[in-house]
Amino acid sequence: MLARVFEAAGIATVGISIVRRQAENVKAPRFLHCEFPLGRPLGRPNDAPFQLDVIRRAFSLLSRSDVPIIEDYPIVIDDEADEPASCVLPPRLDLALHPAVDEALGLRPAYNRQLLSTGGRTAMGRVGGPDQIGALVARMVQLGEGATLEDVGFDADSVRAAGQDIRAYYEEAALALADHVPAARQVETWIYTQTETGRIIRAASRALKEGGAEQSTWYYLLPGNQA
Amino acid sequence: MSGDAAIRARVGDIPVPAFDTTPVTIAPPLREARVAIVTTAGLRSAGDVRLWQPTDGSFTVLDAEARDVQLSHFSPNFDRTGFAADLNIVYPVDRLNELAAAGEIGSVASRHLSFMGAQADSTFSTILLDTGPAAARVLREDGVDVVLLTPV
Repeated sequence: MLARVFEAAGIATVGISIVRRQAENVKAPRFLHCEFPLGRPLGRPNDAPFQLDVIRRAFSLLSRSDVPIIEDYPIVIDDEADEPASCVLPPRLDLALHPAVDEALGLRPAYNRQLLSTGGRTAMGRVGGPDQIGALVARMVQLGEGATLEDVGFDADSVRAAGQDIRAYYEEAALALADHVPAARQVETWIYTQTETGRIIRAASRALKEGGAEQSTWYYLLPGNQA
Repeated sequence: MSGDAAIRARVGDIPVPAFDTTPVTIAPPLREARVAIVTTAGLRSAGDVRLWQPTDGSFTVLDAEARDVQLSHFSPNFDRTGFAADLNIVYPVDRLNELAAAGEIGSVASRHLSFMGAQADSTFSTILLDTGPAAARVLREDGVDVVLLTPV
């Protein structure tokens, strides 16, 4: 869609496509289709030569006027959602806390290490930063036990944002715990199948659904394939 | 079926407006071209903590020097660890700088843009008639000849 607007305004475009059927349907001028994991359109994180090759192949289409064109990048990369990332979880530190809250607090050193390595770039902070992680998880525990959004001080927007904050905290901690960047969706599967907090988020989503809350509140709390 | 395969099967045939023609502009030689990134990843500048909403067809302007950009896409249905580890996986600003330094492209734009994809049908007209042309003006004012479009 955007490609059409830009081309009409005199700006040449080439797009990386990640869902081929959509690229075919929209009839944009030039697409390099990359059958890579969703969320990773350049293919491999921290692999500059690979990313440059993708860009060069995309740019090679710019001289073509026989549009619309879709060319396929010759390498396919799949997500590995079936294999959770191998990340050590912290031991119980404070038995007085809910296990999920205790776990989240125990991951703080790993989160901090990742924050240092990215120069402070974090996806956390929409409704709470790392200092609020225990409180955010505790509110999800309450939702899982049947509390309403209003009971715990969320609305439809802030509960989704809280879900993203918690996920970001765990993902960034996981990157510090793994000795490499895991394949796509491996950390996601680790969160929602291996961690206490992942189980709590699933329970919160399920409880909201069963309690008759709007779909927009519970559906986006976690990836659809992990529900 | 993997997580991505399920999403691709679900969204692949979402209806899009029908177009009879495909507008096309031929770029100047790449070694002379000024290049910008326009991503539909829903990126925002640091400090802007708002999640992007599915009916929001607006765009953000990102300073090309900034690296602390936020992934603010509303959907949880894609991998985010790639971006957390290396923003170039979605927003390849460092790669464009390398291509410019090597003389393969003329220059890198001073600002890049982000929309959010996975929009509702009602947003298409906004993008086609309003925010898309506005984004094109921002790019033209910066002398941009070529746009690299990246999704998530």
